[in-house]
Formats: sequence, C-alpha cells, structure tokens
Amino acid sequence: MNNHNKFSDERLKLSPFHERQAALNVRDAWSVWNGYKFADYYYDAEYEYFCIRNTCGTYDISPMQKYLIKGKDAESMLNRMVTRDISNLAPNRITYVCWCTNEGRMIDDGTIFKIGANEYMLTCGSPNLAWLKKASFGYSSIEIEDLTDTVAAISLQGPTSFSVLDDMGIAGIENLRPFDFITIEFNNSELTISRTGFTGDLGYELWIEKNSAIALWDALYSAGENYGIQPYGETATNMARLEAGFIMPYMEFNEALKTVHFQHDQTPFELNLGWLVDFKKPIFNGRGALLTDKKNGPTYTLTKLDIEGNKPAEASYIYADEKCTKEIGYVTSAMWSPAVKANIAMAMIKTQHLDDELWVEIYYEKELRQYDKVVRCTKQKKPFWMPERAKLTPPRKY
Amino acid sequence: MKSYDSIIIGGGHNALVCANYLAKSGQKVLIIEALKKFGGLAVDREFFPGFRANTASALNQFSEKIASDLNLSSHGFNSKTDALKNIALDLSQNHVYINEDSVIGVSETDAQNFNQYKSLLKKFADVLKPFWLKSIPRLKNENIKDLLTFVEIGLKIRLMGKEDMREFLRVFSLPTRDLMDEFFDSDLLKAALSWDALIGSSQAPRSPNNSILTLLYRMSGKHQGHYYIPNGGIDSLIDALVSSAEEAGVEFMSETLVKEIIIENSQNGLKAIGVKTHNSEEIKADRIISGVDPKQTFINLVGAHNTEIEFSNRINRLRSNGYVAKFNLALSSLPSFMGLDSLRGRMLIAPTMDSIEFAWDDTKYGDYSQNPVLDMIVPTLFNPSMAPEGKHILSANIMYIPYQKKGGWSEEDKNELTEKIIDTISQYSTNIRDNILHSELLTPLDLETEFNLTGGHWHHGELALDQMLMMRPTYEAAQYRTPIDKLYLCSAGCHPGGGIMGAAGYNAAKEIIK
Amino acid sequence: MKKYDAIIIGAGHNGLTNAAYLAKAGLNTLVVEKNDYIGGAAVTRELHKGWFYSNCSYVCSMMRQSIHRDLNLTKHGLILVPYLGTVNFSDDGDTLSAYHSEGPYYNELRARSPHDADAMFRLQADLNRYAQLIRKTLLRTPPDPTSFRPRDIKEMLFLAKEFGALGEQEIYEYIRFFTMSAAEYLDDYFEDDLIKAAMASPGIIGTALGVYSPGSAYILLHHVMGDVDGSIGAWGLARGGMGAISKAIAGALKEHHGEIRTNSPVQKIIVKNGKAIGVALESGEEVYASIIVSNLDAKRTFTKIIDKKDLPQGIYEKAKNFKIRGSSGKVNIALSALPKFNNLPDNKYINRGGQGFTGSLKTMEKAYDCWKRGRWSEDPFIESVIPSAWDPTVAPPGKHWMSNFIQYCPAELADGPWTPEKRDQFGQTVIDKIERYSPGFKDLIVHMEVRTPYEIEKEIGLTEGNIFQGELTIDQLLFNRPFPGYSQYRMPLKNMYMCGSSTHPGGGVSSACGANAAREILIDLKKPNTVPEDDCFDE
Repeated sequence: MNNHNKFSDERLKLSPFHERQAALNVRDAWSVWNGYKFADYYYDAEYEYFCIRNTCGTYDISPMQKYLIKGKDAESMLNRMVTRDISNLAPNRITYVCWCTNEGRMIDDGTIFKIGANEYMLTCGSPNLAWLKKASFGYSSIEIEDLTDTVAAISLQGPTSFSVLDDMGIAGIENLRPFDFITIEFNNSELTISRTGFTGDLGYELWIEKNSAIALWDALYSAGENYGIQPYGETATNMARLEAGFIMPYMEFNEALKTVHFQHDQTPFELNLGWLVDFKKPIFNGRGALLTDKKNGPTYTLTKLDIEGNKPAEASYIYADEKCTKEIGYVTSAMWSPAVKANIAMAMIKTQHLDDELWVEIYYEKELRQYDKVVRCTKQKKPFWMPERAKLTPPRKY
Repeated sequence: MKSYDSIIIGGGHNALVCANYLAKSGQKVLIIEALKKFGGLAVDREFFPGFRANTASALNQFSEKIASDLNLSSHGFNSKTDALKNIALDLSQNHVYINEDSVIGVSETDAQNFNQYKSLLKKFADVLKPFWLKSIPRLKNENIKDLLTFVEIGLKIRLMGKEDMREFLRVFSLPTRDLMDEFFDSDLLKAALSWDALIGSSQAPRSPNNSILTLLYRMSGKHQGHYYIPNGGIDSLIDALVSSAEEAGVEFMSETLVKEIIIENSQNGLKAIGVKTHNSEEIKADRIISGVDPKQTFINLVGAHNTEIEFSNRINRLRSNGYVAKFNLALSSLPSFMGLDSLRGRMLIAPTMDSIEFAWDDTKYGDYSQNPVLDMIVPTLFNPSMAPEGKHILSANIMYIPYQKKGGWSEEDKNELTEKIIDTISQYSTNIRDNILHSELLTPLDLETEFNLTGGHWHHGELALDQMLMMRPTYEAAQYRTPIDKLYLCSAGCHPGGGIMGAAGYNAAKEIIK
Repeated sequence: MKKYDAIIIGAGHNGLTNAAYLAKAGLNTLVVEKNDYIGGAAVTRELHKGWFYSNCSYVCSMMRQSIHRDLNLTKHGLILVPYLGTVNFSDDGDTLSAYHSEGPYYNELRARSPHDADAMFRLQADLNRYAQLIRKTLLRTPPDPTSFRPRDIKEMLFLAKEFGALGEQEIYEYIRFFTMSAAEYLDDYFEDDLIKAAMASPGIIGTALGVYSPGSAYILLHHVMGDVDGSIGAWGLARGGMGAISKAIAGALKEHHGEIRTNSPVQKIIVKNGKAIGVALESGEEVYASIIVSNLDAKRTFTKIIDKKDLPQGIYEKAKNFKIRGSSGKVNIALSALPKFNNLPDNKYINRGGQGFTGSLKTMEKAYDCWKRGRWSEDPFIESVIPSAWDPTVAPPGKHWMSNFIQYCPAELADGPWTPEKRDQFGQTVIDKIERYSPGFKDLIVHMEVRTPYEIEKEIGLTEGNIFQGELTIDQLLFNRPFPGYSQYRMPLKNMYMCGSSTHPGGGVSSACGANAAREILIDLKKPNTVPEDDCFDE
C-alpha cells in the first residue's frame, strides 16, 4: 500500500509546478483533473489562446496518467491492447493510439513512447491502470509502474517554443521531428522532450522527475521571457485542440468503461480514427467487433463543420433540412475560431446522412433574451488549423 | 505426417463421448490423454498394491440417450442396477434410509412430506432435463431457431401449470436450508437431502441462488439423482466408451501431455491448427477440441495473448476452486457400522445442516473443516475386483477442503486431516481403524496435480447461476465454439457442467457436426 | 356505527402513503396504529430530554421524488439533506473516506491503491447501470409471469424491453451481479481489502446473508440504488429525523381528510364469507370498511391477525415460510460532544456523512458466523451517523446524537431468550468497538438506547425486527414478493390488500410499496389512478 497521503483531507493534490503557477494565476480560476488542482485559465483565456498561436505558452500536463511498461512481453501486451500496430515503432519514437473494449468501444486514447526494446511509456488523460492490469493478465514478463505522481510534465506550445528550448541550450532539439523524443540531463535529472502536443501547432512536451520541476519551470520562463511565454489553462487548450480537430473525452467520446447506457460510447470509426485500426494484426482487443463496425459502417461519423454566422453551435442538433424535421446528429464541440475567423464545430452525424444537406439549429442569447436560428453547415475535411510550421524540421528560430 | 479431422485434448468421459459422436459422423479423430488411462476423474487408480479406486466412485446422471445412441451396452456397460440408497448415519443409530421414492427412519409427517417434496422436485427436474442435452444460445441473438430454444424453455415451465410455475420461480433460488425447513423436521433427512445440492461446490446450506439448480441437474439421472454402480463398476462405462470409440475408428494417444494449442496468425484472425505435445511433437488437425477445463484451455494451452482482454479475464475469474477431497481406504476386511446391516448404500456423515454449514465456515478462511462432513461408499461390495479377494476399499468424499489452504498444504496437514477423517468415521464404526491397510487423501490441490484439473474442481468450474447455461464457461465460448476459429470445447466447463453425464461432450459434438 | 371506505392497519410510512393516496382519491380512510405515535420504523422520538432519536431507520435514500412531490411532502415539512460522504474504518484503524466530491475521493482511493481508484469509476458506472434498471420497476406493480392478462403481458414486455436495452455482455454481467456474493463480485474490481469491505458492507445491512453469501451483491444494490435529487447512490437525512417523513405523509393524509387512530392495536381482521370486512381492535371495538389494507409484514399479517381458518388453504404455510429474519440491532446514543475519531483529518465536513466500522471482509463474515450460531457478533459491523452534526433539531446545541446500526444481532439467541442483561451486554460490545476508534467516546455518552431484534419486534411489530419486512432474496423479490401469485398487493381474502415492505419493491423508506398498493386498490375500485409510475429523474 502506498502510504503517502494516507489520511488525506479533502484538498486536491498540487502539481509539482503549482507554486509557480499559483503565483501567475491572478484570477484564481481552478478546476480539477485526476485529483489535481488545475487551472481553467490564468489571466484571460483568449489571451492565453493567442499566446499558443502567436508566441508560446505552457500547459501543465502533470495530472496526465503516465505508465512505464517494461518487460519482454511489453510489446506483445500493448499490441494486443491498442488497435494500432506498434511492432514497428522505433526507439525514441512516439505513436498516437487508442484502445477499445472487446465490443470495439473506445476506452481511451493516448500516446506510446518507445524508450527501449522492452520499455514503453503510455500516457493518457484518464486513469487506465485497472485496464492495463487486466490487459497484462496472462503475460509472465511485464511490469507496470505508475509514474503519474512522480513525473512532472509540461507542454510548451506555439511558434516560439523551439526558440525557447534552443535558447535553453538543449542540444539536438533542432533535429527533433514530430513524434520524436530525446532524453537529456537537466538539473541532475533525466529530462525527456517529445515533439508532441494537443494544439495542432509547433510544440513540445517535457517530462521530468518532480523534484526538478521548479528548476525546469524557471529555466523555461527565463529563456522564454523574450518569446512571450505564458501559462495557459484548460479553456485555451480546448480552443486550440478544436481548431486542430483533436477529440476530447466527454466532448467527442465517452470512455467506454465509464459509460452507463448501452452504446453511448463510440467506436474509433465513429470518431474518424479508423486509421488507427490495423486489421492486419491477427489479434487485438475489439478486432471482431470493429471488423463488423467497419463492414456495416459506423452509426455516426465525427465530422468537422464550418457553420454560417458566428454563433457557436454548442449542444445543438444537426438536421438534414432547413425546417428541422429530420434530425441526423448532434454537435459535440463548437466555437468561433479566432485564428481562422470561422464558426467551427465537430459533430456526430449519422453516417448514412453524411452526404445530406446539413443544418444546425443554434440557440443563443443576446442581453438575456433567447434567440434561435437555423443555419447551413459545410463539412470540412482537413483540420481548421494545420500550419506548415507545426511540421517543419528544424523549426524556425525567432 | 498424419493429419486429423479433429484432435480432442484430454481423455475424460466428455471427451470420449464427443470422440464417439464425431467418429460416427465420419471424422478421423485423435484423442490425447496425459495419463496412461482414459477416463479423467472416472478413471480407476491403484492407490495401494492390489487396491483400486475411482475418484468418481458412482454414477447418477449418465445420459441414457448417449448410452443408447452409442449402444454402450454392447460394449459391456450395464446400468441395469438398483440405485444406492442414501444412509444418513446417526450417532445413536437411528439412521435414516433414503430411497428413490421413500424414506425410512423419520416421522410419519416427514415421510409423507418426502413424497410431496420428491414429486415437486421431480417435476422441476423433468422440465429442465431436455435442456441439459441442448446448446443454450446466446441472448440478443436474432437467429429464429435460437429464439425458439428460449420460447421452448418458457413454454415448458409454463406448461407445468400456474401454481407449479410460480413455485418453480421461487424454489429454484432457495438455499437448501430453507427448502428443507419448509418440508421436514428431521435434521438427518434435511442434511442428507441437501447433500447432493451442495457437494462439489462452494455452497453451504444457507447459500441462496445456486444449489437447488445443481440438485435439479443431478436429478436428471435415471434414478432421480440417486447414485448407482453399474455392473463392472465405473470402469465398465469408460471401457465401453473407449471400445465404442475404437470401433468407430478413433485413434488414442495416451501418456501425452498437450502443452500448447498451435494457433495460426493470419490477417483473417486466429485459427487453431494443431497441438504441440510435451515432447514437442506437433500434430495437425482441421479442428481442435479441448476436453480440459476452460482455464487450462485458454490460459495455458491457448495463452491469454491469443484471446481478447475481457475474455481472458472472464476465464481467469471463473470460480473453479474445488472444495471436495477424495479419501480412499484399503481395508483388510469389511468394517461394521453401528446399527447398519448392510453397507450397500451411500453413507453420509452430516448430522445436521448446521454441521455442513459450520464445516464450510472453517473453509472460508482457508482452513479445512475441523469437523468434516462426508459421504462414503464401499465399491468392492459391487465390484469385488477392485481389491484383493476378501479385502475392501472405502471411498469417501470429504467437505469442505480448500484448494488453496492458508499457508499451503503440507504433509503434516494431510496427516492431521486423515486422522480427523478416520476419527469421524470411527464414531460410527468401532472397527474401521483396525482394518485400515492404507489410506489416501487427495485434496483438491492433489486432484489438480493428478488430473490436470484447475482447482481440482469436480465440475471444472462452480455450477452457479452466472456460470451456467449460455454463460458457461463464459459467453463467446458457451456454444462449444470459441473466439478462435476451429477451436472447440467439450468439457464439463461448458453447459451443462460436470458429473458423469456426457452431456457437454454430446452437445459439443452436435455443434461441431452442425 | 361508522363504516369506512378503507382501513389501513399500521401507521408506518407505507401505510400512511397508501392511506394518503386513497384519501386523495376521495376514499374515507382510517389508519389504525397500535403505538401512541405514528411512523412505524420511520420515527423520531424524544427518548432522553432534549434528544430526538430516529431510533429505527436512520437514513433515507429511496424515497421516491415523484411521491414526495405528488403528496406535497415539502409543504408538510419534509426536507431531505444529502450525506457528504462516509468514512470506513479498517481492523487496524486505517480510514477510507468516501468524500463527497470526485477528485478528493479519487485521491483517497489512490492513496490506498491506484488500481482501485481507477476501478472505482467502472464499478460506479456498472452499479449505476444496474440501479437504473431496477429503479424503473420501483413504482410499478410486478407482473404475474404465469398470466396472460393484457396488463401482465404489457408489464412483462416492459421488463423484457428494459432488460433487452442492455448490451449482451451487460445482461450476463447483470445476472452475475444479481446472483453473486458482494465480496466475490467486487474481486473483479478491487485489490485492496478495505476498499472491498467498504463497498461490500451495504450488502449485509439488514439481511441474514454474509458478504460471501450469493445474493448479497443485490442487497448492496438495494441500499445504493436510491438517490437524493437524481444522484444515484447518495444517502440523505430527513431534517428532524426519520419521523419527519412519516409526519409529512400523515400531513398529506390529513389534508385529504384521512383519519389516524393511535393506541389502537388490531386483534383480528374480521372475515366473513372469504371477505375482509373490518378489524377488531384489542379494545373490543370493531371497525368496518369496504377495504382492509395491512401494512404489517406478511408473516405477522397472516399468522397473527387473521384466523387460520379464515384463510384459503396453503396461505398460512406460505406466511410461516416467509423469510423475515432478525439480523440487525440498533444503538442510539446521546452524546455530550462530537466524538473525535482516530486517523481522520481535521475536517469539519467529515462528520456530515456516515461512519462505517467495517473492519474487513473477514471481520464482517466472522460477524455473520456468530449470527448463524445464535450469538451477537463480538466484532460487529456498525454503521453510524451523527445527524446532529448538521440537523439542529435533534439534539441540544453543542450536543449530539449518534445512530448506530449493527449487523449482526440474532432474533433468537442460542443460549435462551433475550434478557435486559444480555441486551445491555450487546450494547456494551458496540460501544467497546467504537471506543477502539474513538478513544474517550464512552465518556461522552449521556444516554443510550439499545435495541435488539427482540425490542424492535416488540415495539413496532416487525417480525424478528427485520428491517425489510422480509429478506430480499430472489425467492422473495419482484413477482415472488411476498408470495408467488400475490405480488400485486391483492391478498387471498377478498377486499384485502397489503401495502408494507413485505411487498414489491421491498424494504427501505421509499413509500413505493404503499403507493403501488394504492394504485391496485384504485384500479379495483375503478377510480382514476393517480399514483405515479415513473420517477421524475431521467438519467
């Protein structure tokens, strides 16, 4: 039994970066993520969002779940668990994966870091330890270590993020391609830097033993001072990720193991993540069910929408006609995109109606009065925000 | 290299039944057994020079349909013997004798109520009987034929009549204790009638939900659940099954332990194509049928990595720890039991339902019962060839003995338990101790080691509501097919379960031939 | 002589609910009660000057919101306040606090087992799913599965439809849950014994089953399927004690001109030509009515207040075999101050929930072993709550009262009948255990009321003091409750009904049994049915 914090009071846990973040959180806008006190925003969500798009910002991802999976069965176990084939993943590379129940319903998504031949790190937004233990049943050589409370992690995103790291003197950072990672020494700790993120922009994520977290923060903010560095919270993240077309739990999908009502969870095909499913693998969890889902076509398909006007279509139905007689889907996330100046949304639309006309009924408020209007939606294939600079290696130095 | 239509892993009676049907349908069948002799738990073993015993020492529910389908009588299986009466032993020698349709040694009221009790349970057992020899389809299946099976079950139950149907829906889940209390006063009778609902399980008289169904299942036999020993002993059944299979062209391979089921990986998924034996020999077949328990099959032979996560975990969580130990005595002469003229019956030492309940209580915490309860038979009275002339064996089942003893099983533990059992029997038989030439105690752990049977569980898995019907051993493998193409199950770990009935083997063969 | 339209025997909360609905429909209704107070087991009594004990039932989670609203119970003074979370104590003094909010609760679980903290999400979703299905049946009359009447078929189809709305896997998991033991069921989720024990403990409350007995997982659900304002699993307290619930329902009854007569024990139901026509009170008075409704438990109703000769054949035997086992005790304590417990953070919210002196699975099972042997448990499971921590009406300012529910305590002891000495020894066992976790606790005791099944039966008439009016095992649930063939509230005597917890959906302060019975009576009288069938929360 883990004795620390044994008779905890009701207070939330504090992130290793908390001290510095609390000082900058002038609005005291906190919420909670996996038991940690966690910023909604620090000063102004829109300002923070523009830092991501314009300069750079840091986002505390310490509450993310981090599992170290070691042993000679690690690859086989992970490969059975996730839908993607990770057997070709090279060391120091990262891959985005999802994993499903045997009914093909998505439990969660996350990233796998290949550290060495028999060593991986899995990161994800929600606890998955019980599932990992179930998934490792029957394997003789496997060890799972939960690093969540011992490893601090921070995301550095935005066009000047490379410049910050480069000024910090991190050797080889210029050669890091998307989904690469390197491990260097910093403050007598191992610092892992991955070129990953959740904003669709140039960005990095930094992983370090928690006692060196403050030192890392100070180094980042010292180097970042001239590059417009600013902490951002949940709200700005949510804006950036929607522009990038990334899915969010409890927005786009329900984690299957926590879903109460039958099939109120989603398959990867419904979420447009069919490319993560590799049927060439003879076995992985959900294979049979997903084959059927692919063959019959998913019930819904997650679709990016460009919507007329400027009123966010949050919590709206999608209809096939302007008169709103035929309901064919629902909006999962919606916002006015400040970067692309468009009214964007993601929506679950019944697959068989994907080619129908798409109309959305939007309710909105103007000085306490409620209004609604029906406007046309256009499907969008590509993410709303996908700048060249995000992929460029080496990135541009400012 | 030879190739077969079907390879059956394990040579228990269900595997033999399955082999018979498959071979008769024209298949080329190989059956592989780890031990020298076929028959699984029904096999006879020499436990002391000249003395043999079967772990399953009597029959109660072997399917008459299978016996006649396979014409087992022409192979020497003769079941035309009388049922054994159950003799509930009493310390003050007021023993209770329970026959198929009467009971002696109890009050008149109890004797009358016994008739009511018997006719009610018989009615219920008869309703369920046809469904033991049928695969139970998956729920939410849109196949009309499958739906009909459920309609048929519903209809059968409804056709009992309003009152009986209502009673059925109430009684099936009762703890044995409550059912017995409703009918009888005699403690001995109540305990004895509970016995066959409980033995082999982790249920005690106060446990609801599972035991009455087990009882009804056992009552599907020709003597309404009463045991009998065929002429020639249990061996004659196994010999007949082997001989009939040989005649149908089944090939036998013994002393060969299957180590692995060979799975072919392809883009179409997984497929069983053969088996690998302990000496690394690979034998191929169109299909592989496992007659060993589900945990062995899926965890050891197939490997968890070859099944999906929930599936392997459902197999892993199957409750399959045995709680019955086998106890065999080699006796220099027939012992006498106080107040008993003849030992031609099954004797029970379980004076009250509480004695059974309290025996269970010890076991819950990983100890064996300090006051064990037991049943015993003297098989040599029916089949003298099991011991040297004039000598006898006594074969007993002891409850409740844990598979996982707290701190593990040691020789001292076993010796202490052996003494305890002999002491218990000696309360009823003053001269048994003097007659003992040798004793053998097989704990559930020993049964596991000896017979490659996970947990040493008689039924390959607890007969509990959630592990029965289309949930046995788990859905996705309950219709004898498995998630792995061309891999089938035919063991007691499938519907309808254990006991020497042959139904699982029969049902599996039907599915495969289909 | 006045003749009533309906007489309800027993002023427990279900009897009052039944009466209120009948009165609301215009029936001239009388409730007769043997005690000088109303409420049955949902009572508040001043048993020590200034202290008001809910001396039987003590929490409320199953009260149907639709009835609460329908009968205007708020207007009649009822306010239900949710618990803020429960602390469980292990054998060795560790604590596990089920905090009210998810983040801290997650952290608390994670401190014991990160695995279990994750698994808890799955368990909550699964329990929620199971609860939602059962909840839909609470305010419905169980169908007779042998019947081909359109209404029964409709209700059977309703059940089939609700069941069928689950996925295939969920159906099998449901069957597993419904039939297994709480402890074994939880093995699939948790590895930490205290977490398992804490979650399993509702599985033994009020029942003669152990945590390892098949069927106890359902009992668990029965205790957590209730809700406060749609939050499933939440427990609540009635401001003013449980008596406030009965008082509010009685208020509704009076609003509709119903009558209540206390101090009026019924000696017999008067039967003429197979028809119930009235009740004979112990005072010798006879009161007549067109409809007689018994809110007493099934065993008491058919073996004590009806002549065996008046009953059709077989009913007496069914009633005799009805399982209604005494397994619980209650110790109500007046305290001079709020007790402090070891190993708890100094947190003022901590006392606004319950305390579970759980121990471990083994401790709870050993407690059951004692019960089986006709003894009270030496190291019992105690479920406590200190309502005065947030209800100013039940104890003087600064003083407190603590409700302690004890599992197990047998109705009959192996060594002879209950005596006041034995009762006090039992009470001593309980406070000794609490003292282990709260040193100095005994010094705070101002007054104490110890209730064994013997006292509970004697005082409020529940056979063996069984809190559910009959065990909640499959043989006594849904269409089997109380007896097969009599689950639709109509009893074998013409014009006679039952409305107590012996009927579907069983025990708990839910008002559902009383309301369902009223529905059937109104149908028989061809009156418009005003009893709600659905709860107001769409989940």
